[in-house]
Amino acid sequence: MFEGLSDKLSGIFDKLTRRGALSEADVAEALREVRRALLEADVALDVVRTFTDSVQAKAVGANVVKSVSPGQMVVKIVNDVLVETLGSTAQPIDLDAAPPVAIMLVGLQGAGKTTTAAKIAKRLKERHGKRVLMASLDVKRPAAQEQLAILGRQVEVDTLSIVPGQDPVKIAKRAEETARREGYDVVLLDTAGRTHIDEPLMEEMAQIKAVSKPHEILLVVDALTGQDAVNLAKNFDDRVGLTGIVLTRVDGDGRGGAALSMRAVTGKPIKLIATGEKMDALDEFSPQRIANRILGMGDIVALVEKAAAAVDQEQAQRAAERMAKGKFDLQDLADQLAMMEKVGGFGGIMGLLPGVAKMKEQIASANIDDKMFKRQRAIILSMTPKERRNPDILKASRKRRIAAGSGAKVEEINKLLKQHRQMADMMKAMGGGKGGGMMAKAAQMMGMGGMQAPSPEQLAQLQKKMGGALPPGAGPSIPAAPPASAFSAKPTLPGLGGGGGFLSGLNPFGKKK
Amino acid sequence: MSEAEEKKGLFARLFGRGGTPAAEAGADRPKKRSWWERLTGGLSRSSQAIVQGISDLFSKRKLDALTLEELEDVLIRADLGVAAAQRIAGKVGAARYEKTIGPDEVRAILAEEVESVLEPVARPFEIDETKKPFIVLVVGVNGSGKTTTIAKLAAKWTGEGKKVMLAAGDTFRAAAVEQLRIWGERLNSPVCYAPEGADAAGLAFDAIKSARERGSDILLMDTAGRLQNRTELMAELAKIVRVMKKAEPDAPHAVLLVLDATVGQNAIAQVDAFERTAGVTGLVMTKLDGTARGGILVAIAEKYGLPIHFIGVGEGSDDLEPFTARDFARAIAGLDSDAEADEQNA
Repeated sequence: MFEGLSDKLSGIFDKLTRRGALSEADVAEALREVRRALLEADVALDVVRTFTDSVQAKAVGANVVKSVSPGQMVVKIVNDVLVETLGSTAQPIDLDAAPPVAIMLVGLQGAGKTTTAAKIAKRLKERHGKRVLMASLDVKRPAAQEQLAILGRQVEVDTLSIVPGQDPVKIAKRAEETARREGYDVVLLDTAGRTHIDEPLMEEMAQIKAVSKPHEILLVVDALTGQDAVNLAKNFDDRVGLTGIVLTRVDGDGRGGAALSMRAVTGKPIKLIATGEKMDALDEFSPQRIANRILGMGDIVALVEKAAAAVDQEQAQRAAERMAKGKFDLQDLADQLAMMEKVGGFGGIMGLLPGVAKMKEQIASANIDDKMFKRQRAIILSMTPKERRNPDILKASRKRRIAAGSGAKVEEINKLLKQHRQMADMMKAMGGGKGGGMMAKAAQMMGMGGMQAPSPEQLAQLQKKMGGALPPGAGPSIPAAPPASAFSAKPTLPGLGGGGGFLSGLNPFGKKK
Repeated sequence: MSEAEEKKGLFARLFGRGGTPAAEAGADRPKKRSWWERLTGGLSRSSQAIVQGISDLFSKRKLDALTLEELEDVLIRADLGVAAAQRIAGKVGAARYEKTIGPDEVRAILAEEVESVLEPVARPFEIDETKKPFIVLVVGVNGSGKTTTIAKLAAKWTGEGKKVMLAAGDTFRAAAVEQLRIWGERLNSPVCYAPEGADAAGLAFDAIKSARERGSDILLMDTAGRLQNRTELMAELAKIVRVMKKAEPDAPHAVLLVLDATVGQNAIAQVDAFERTAGVTGLVMTKLDGTARGGILVAIAEKYGLPIHFIGVGEGSDDLEPFTARDFARAIAGLDSDAEADEQNA
């Protein structure tokens, strides 16, 4: 999601920031390109107009042309307007009402209401400790009620028993009564998909609302929706009065136009985004974060969070300490590869890093994929602990044994060893230096002091900093992100200034093709 | 845009005890709306938006750069995409600059342009009768309407006297198999299925064998919805195609990509990825019964030239129609439905 748009925008802003002075014509030209980029990303036309007008007005007011770094200033203004458009603060689901709190999900056919219902239920149960009852009011699509029941079993949330032939309004009533009688905190109503011009169904929706008096009415919208998103949201809002929006399929490669338009058009907050097919792939919507991502700064905060959750802190600290001393053996490499997998594979990390949009082609041509990392790990795991700690003892016969054990060829083992040697050298150069190693410097920059894995407070602090005004292109901050061992192999990302050591260092198999 | 009565009919069909839907569908609609009526009905909102926009633009002033830009905006709003919108706006501008031009003329040019793009891709779906069973693989992103489209196609072909077999290849989504089985019961078509979570490729293999044994004319293979940027899921789709070829070397005989009309410019990325992975042979566009939409087909036709076989303009099992460029283009431009549009604009 958003990559396409961020590619375009970063291209436009690159041109701007590279120049020392900007004329008003330059800014106008850039804004025309921004307009087109937004339209191609399916942002609603009216929203685009307001957006560019607002940027223009602010750019003039801020005296961009005369400012020290005009390009940066424009980027900052665009960022601010973007955040404004997306809604300035995150708004989670509101459960502040007398139980059972009813939440109603509405939307077009195929938007993802049923799956979203189960995801929300799971979230409320696990994170908020609520007793949730789900009820499917979809008597239109064959097996829709069964689908919710099955999902309910999967996430261990109760669903209302299915009474064949009962109409949606009656089911809503029965759900409310059951929830009250049996002491549920939340009752989630999944409704049938409907087009907003289908009068009988819109009327039915209004009746369901009247019966169940939902505290939250969430419109579930496919993030890939085009210009029609606006009509859709308006019509649903007019009929039932939405309280919020859930965007689904945010893991698609759409350009996020719906995300940008929705808030602006309806004035309703986007409360949640669904980011995958798994039942826990549901996130709170953070305008600041999404704005960062759209502007091509990468979602550093998300990366930090994700890594923090996946990485064993102690292990990370051990690895970080070793690296600070310039030590890096095969076991460390294996640990890193394992962590990489946990964080979502190479692709997962790269998608979140700033500036990566620009190096996508480079990555593709380098032929890096997660399978390769798995194979490398397999090779290392076929070694004895002694061999891992001390690769120098690996002679021909040991290599043959390892090759047989891991199903690899001896050449592959040689390549891995060579790559490891390069990385170890790099580590030495970075960590071994007298206090002024790159790693240490980077860490200091982030105010983290030494090279320890950060405490939760530090993490929070870091997130705040990164979510805030981190200038684009602040490359060295990435390796300082806490799970030092997961990322430290790439202190400088190509395209972010610096030596570009990462790809050449970590890509033994693809390189020589 | 079905009437209330029809809704009830559909409703009854859905929750009745099955029966023969073809006959029931006939009974529900004593006076069947013509294809044209339904298309214009489905598209009327979108064409109204365009008609209104164009009328506003051209009844007032001369054709200048600003006007052309606004025309472009009107088309963008209909999801034609920036490139197609610019091109069509350019056509309108060519040789007419600084001249006064009436809304009707603009509409005609718009229809012409859209039609010229769509004409080459409006090709009917052809079933090669020498292939038995004729194997159709249906693919698309989540929620685009694959299973419903399969049900509509099965109803259509069963009605034409063909023996249709369905394969419930969406083994991922909860109750997707159940959904297709219910359709199969209603249509009296055998459904080949495997438990949830089973390997869809294996199911495809079995379904082809089973269809051959039963002497089915057509095998319609459903698949799980997948976002086109999820490489692992696309690899799974590639595997399904590969395994199908083991059972029948030239299978699948047709690969239909189901596109949701509400999707914007991302539809292009979808066509691109599914074409590469599964060798899409034709498109079906669903959900054309809402507001302002359909324009993306123009952009897709320009870029890929893939045949557009059907469009879905409603939820009834017969709300799937062959795609005709002229009708679609004229409906989008608001021609031939002037009376209706004027009435509603008034």
